[in-house]
Amino acid sequence: MKTIKRWGPPVLLLTPSMILMAVFVYGLIVANFATSATDNHTAAQATGVQPTVFVGIGNYLDLLASDAFQHSLKNLLLYTVVFLVGTMVIGFMWAWLLERPMRGEGIFRSVYLFPMAVSFIASGVVWRWLLNSNEGEQALGLNRLFQMVGLDFLQNPWWNNITWGIAAIALPAIWQLSGYVMALFLAGFRGVPVELREAGRMDGASEWQVYRHVIFPQLSPVALSALIIIGHMSLKAFDLIMSISKPSNYQTKVPAVDMYVFKSSFDYANSAAVGAILLIIVAVLVIPYLIYTNRKEVSGR
Amino acid sequence: MTATTTPAAPGVGELAPAPRRPKGRFSAARTVRYAILLFSLVIVLIPVYVLLVTSFKGPGDATPTRAWALPQLWIADNWITAWDTLAPAIGRTLQMVIPASIISAFLGSMNGFVLSRWSFRGANVVFTLILFGMFIPYQAVMIPLNQIVLDIGLPNGVPTLILLHVIYGIPITTLIFRNYYESVPHELIEAARMDGAGMLRTYAWVVLPISIPSFVVVLIWQFTSAWNDFLFAVFFSTPNTGPVTVALNNLANGAQLQNYGVSMAGALFASLPTLLVYIILGKYFVGGLMSGSVKG
Repeated sequence: MKTIKRWGPPVLLLTPSMILMAVFVYGLIVANFATSATDNHTAAQATGVQPTVFVGIGNYLDLLASDAFQHSLKNLLLYTVVFLVGTMVIGFMWAWLLERPMRGEGIFRSVYLFPMAVSFIASGVVWRWLLNSNEGEQALGLNRLFQMVGLDFLQNPWWNNITWGIAAIALPAIWQLSGYVMALFLAGFRGVPVELREAGRMDGASEWQVYRHVIFPQLSPVALSALIIIGHMSLKAFDLIMSISKPSNYQTKVPAVDMYVFKSSFDYANSAAVGAILLIIVAVLVIPYLIYTNRKEVSGR
Repeated sequence: MTATTTPAAPGVGELAPAPRRPKGRFSAARTVRYAILLFSLVIVLIPVYVLLVTSFKGPGDATPTRAWALPQLWIADNWITAWDTLAPAIGRTLQMVIPASIISAFLGSMNGFVLSRWSFRGANVVFTLILFGMFIPYQAVMIPLNQIVLDIGLPNGVPTLILLHVIYGIPITTLIFRNYYESVPHELIEAARMDGAGMLRTYAWVVLPISIPSFVVVLIWQFTSAWNDFLFAVFFSTPNTGPVTVALNNLANGAQLQNYGVSMAGALFASLPTLLVYIILGKYFVGGLMSGSVKG
């Protein structure tokens, strides 16, 4: 009776969530792998009218061997690199400039951060105009702006470029998330104990040396978190591409978009396989990081 | 993200005051600093300018040559069209987001409480397993999820999306509440326990009343992420049954002739609620960001 009393209430409160997680996260991941290992490529099979056959990792091999999917993976890599470098550099710079007290600090911070509150779909509406690929007479958006300030040579087709187009989609992503990286770094800067700075100055270090040798090293955990967070977000790139480009556009396709396109054409097996590949990429990125932070937490206690 | 991954946990709004330094005189370094900050400010605000200018232009005014110019005549037509098109979707989004955030918050608070304060053997394993749900890309469950939703027989659109936002909100809401309860003095809850109050009673009478700050953070977080969600929305609704992101995307990318003025006005309507939350409750907004950005 006593055990029931001790175990009963916690279990009662947790059970709904545990069941939901078990089914909707773990169960579905397994089910997704199962679907990805079949030849479920047609609407008739997707709706259960026709049977499906187990094909093992066949779909994965076909996907990885196909030029189209390789292009998606290459795009994803390029997008991630541009997005990461852009947000980290800008976010860090803003945080550094705003780190010391100054007039108007709050306004700068609020403005830099506000794009984060807007959906990718809404910002995509404006960015599609800014990144319009027309040049010359018909130019709109940034291309027109370049003409106006005499930088005509900078005009380019933006996301309509086959090789580099995806990097243009990273621009709005940078616009939206740099403020967030700034917020992370600002919290990091403010977390450096004042005594450390003072000690550095007492030792006769110049302002730059204090930064270089005392403050920046303290920020590396923040930088790592920011990298993981932005990287994680980048791997799931979908909304902005749907909003600015089109799912069917070859130049801007990435795995998340392929997943949607396969699903729309009732190719459930390939859709599931692409989803699983994304899961694997995320796991490779995130799990070592989780282990690392866990270990640090343990050793820090 | 767990608190362990964002080492300096306080949000921007609640930052410790910056270390005071002796008042600097006018200097070149300072001028450069302001120049860069102001330049950045202008760049960040460019899309806002574009949105406002374009949305107030009439059809003849939106020519390429006048792309960046102010409207010759400020016209509200685009705004009216956008509102007429999106208003039903905005209504549906509210119907979806409000219940989804409230249910999520209560679930998260119950879980967080149990996991931090009423620990039982295996509590940490359960927490880790729940947390993992935050890291998965939802693409990896979408196909079977579609099947399950069909099997349950839930209609597409608002009901399905409420369910999904509640379910996939569990990890982040649990995390935020658990971290909060970890920071609450033990004595408070222990005292209630000593008095012989059962867990449910402790939860209802002691824990809930002190949880308000976390409720605000979680409600804002869930509100914003559900409002801005497009992935679930595009898989589980149509422009006629779905939230405003799907309707806006349809308006902007639909078959009809592209009208930037209308879609930009629509983009502002679709963003207003989350922008207002950011402006009014910025401090809590950032608090949520700090704790939960890896979700989905």
